[in-house]
Amino acid sequence: MTALLEVRGLVKQFPIKTGLFGRPKSFVSAVDGLDFDLHEGETLGLVGESGCGKSTTARLLMHLVDPTAGTIRFEGRTVGSSELPLKDFRRQVQMVFQDSYASLNPRLTVAESVAFGPLVHGVSGDEATSRANSLLARVGLDPARFAGRFTHELSGGQRQRVNIARALALQPRVLILDEAVSALDKSVEAQVLNLLLDLKEEFRLTYLFISHDLEVVRFMATRVLVMYLGRVAELGLTESLYTGSRHPYTTALLGSLLSMDPDHRAESAPISGDPPNPIDPPAGCRFHTRCTYAEAVCSARIPVLTPLGEGHSVSCHMSEPGSGHARAPGRAA
Amino acid sequence: MSAILAGEPAPVPIVRSPGYWVTVLRRFSRDPFAVIAALVVLGLIAMAVFAPWLAPQDPLQGMSLRRLRPPGSEGYPLGTDELGRDMLSRLIYGARISLFMGIVPVFAALVVGATIGIVAGYVGGWTNTVLMRTMDVFFAFPSVLLAVALAGALGPGILNSMLALTLVFVPPIARVAESVTTGVRTRDYVEAAKASGAGAFIIIRKQVLGNVLGPIFVYAMSLIAVCMILASGLSFLGLGVKPPMPDWGLMLNTLRTAIYTQPLLCALPGLMIFITSISFNLMTDGLRSAMDIKA
Repeated sequence: MTALLEVRGLVKQFPIKTGLFGRPKSFVSAVDGLDFDLHEGETLGLVGESGCGKSTTARLLMHLVDPTAGTIRFEGRTVGSSELPLKDFRRQVQMVFQDSYASLNPRLTVAESVAFGPLVHGVSGDEATSRANSLLARVGLDPARFAGRFTHELSGGQRQRVNIARALALQPRVLILDEAVSALDKSVEAQVLNLLLDLKEEFRLTYLFISHDLEVVRFMATRVLVMYLGRVAELGLTESLYTGSRHPYTTALLGSLLSMDPDHRAESAPISGDPPNPIDPPAGCRFHTRCTYAEAVCSARIPVLTPLGEGHSVSCHMSEPGSGHARAPGRAA
Repeated sequence: MSAILAGEPAPVPIVRSPGYWVTVLRRFSRDPFAVIAALVVLGLIAMAVFAPWLAPQDPLQGMSLRRLRPPGSEGYPLGTDELGRDMLSRLIYGARISLFMGIVPVFAALVVGATIGIVAGYVGGWTNTVLMRTMDVFFAFPSVLLAVALAGALGPGILNSMLALTLVFVPPIARVAESVTTGVRTRDYVEAAKASGAGAFIIIRKQVLGNVLGPIFVYAMSLIAVCMILASGLSFLGLGVKPPMPDWGLMLNTLRTAIYTQPLLCALPGLMIFITSISFNLMTDGLRSAMDIKA
């Protein structure tokens, strides 16, 4: 598998206080040194608590906000440089937003919203409209009934179908789904998820599936990336990560899932407290303030992302050989 | 993808929902005060347009023998003014200049102010700061004072007073345009449009304008009444329309000498200004509530 999208050292700091002449005095590090690859044809699940930088990552990938540092490469070409201008990149990578209502213009009809992207890229009006109509049909909305309607006349599920059709209108290869089903009812959510699976196969799409819902991610994703305070905590194939998580944070998150088996209910709260303030993140491992296994080394040094084989990697001192943590494997290994 | 696009569905008649403005019109028509006010405004405009056919006499032709006749006199249903000219004809002709002076500066200010405000709101950052702080400088002066000062500096005359009024109304319109545009700019659908690779100009034209022009337009409509009153004020001070042109503000000025002998006569041009401005206000109020659709 080749990396379609390579993200290296991605950092985004938002200024929060500005001095007298608009000079920022302090920052929130929403994304703080993120590295990952998105392989062609996979669904990479991106999970984490609220505020861990999931949505910022999506917006950085789409270049809706400019990164403070780091590079994003698409098929080996740096995005936004002369190798790959932003407009060309955006034809390849599209995004579905969480809020299905806010992401559709209330003054435009459904067909106009879907046809907007193709028109921008120089497709003729008739061609854009017929493309919009066939895409609406494909996502399960009869164009005869829905193409001329306005956003406020549709249900949440129908609106999200329109958003998916709009994202597909530019015939992209990668779709970023930022909590795309989180706001939907469970029954509608299942329908939309199945639609997404069908579309992926039909149009040979690659998904970056951002969600806080671990069950949904397990259903959708081939690989999962766990984020904590803007950094990668753990990355691995879905099943190996769900059954053999190595990062205490992942384990705690998975422990928060409701068990389907009443004999195996969670005995105690797997994780307590809120994530630390990203304005002033803890030194060393970001998770050490909430980790049951924390030792001196954890607050002293940031763990490196250690490969464990089979695409599974984790940034935890307990898995890093010779890190100085009592549970760490020996350096000789 | 091409496979599905190749199999075009047979063209089907598309059900088109009533557009936003159709809905607004329907809601507006259910507000009796607004409809009456709109009819009065239309009537006033018709009066201005068809003045030569409606006026019974020449508004400029006076006769010193029949000065200051009270309303109801024979041949002069609304009396005569201080130079013996027919009041009814002068009031009818006065609608021309008065409405013109009320509407044209506001529309000129709408074009300039909306452009400044939308650019400032959409671009943000330093552009916003520079544009809006400049507007604030003008905004700091009371509008009457600013209009008088500008008209005084430019010299009397219709064109100059209209220019002064335009300059007075640019800052408030720009401020409203900036605030609605700032609200729209961060909406997800604008982000989605950016994500589809559209440039700023196309996004403003296709995604922003439709959502901001309504409120800006309604605000500008509400300024027409204010502008008419200010224009009348300028004429009253001798900075706008020059005699003998019939203008309601100027008529108010020249008739004030007769306020003790013919008070009713003096009140007539004021009454016209009052009716016009209240009609515009009620109409824009109705329009504003009709446009406030919560979907």
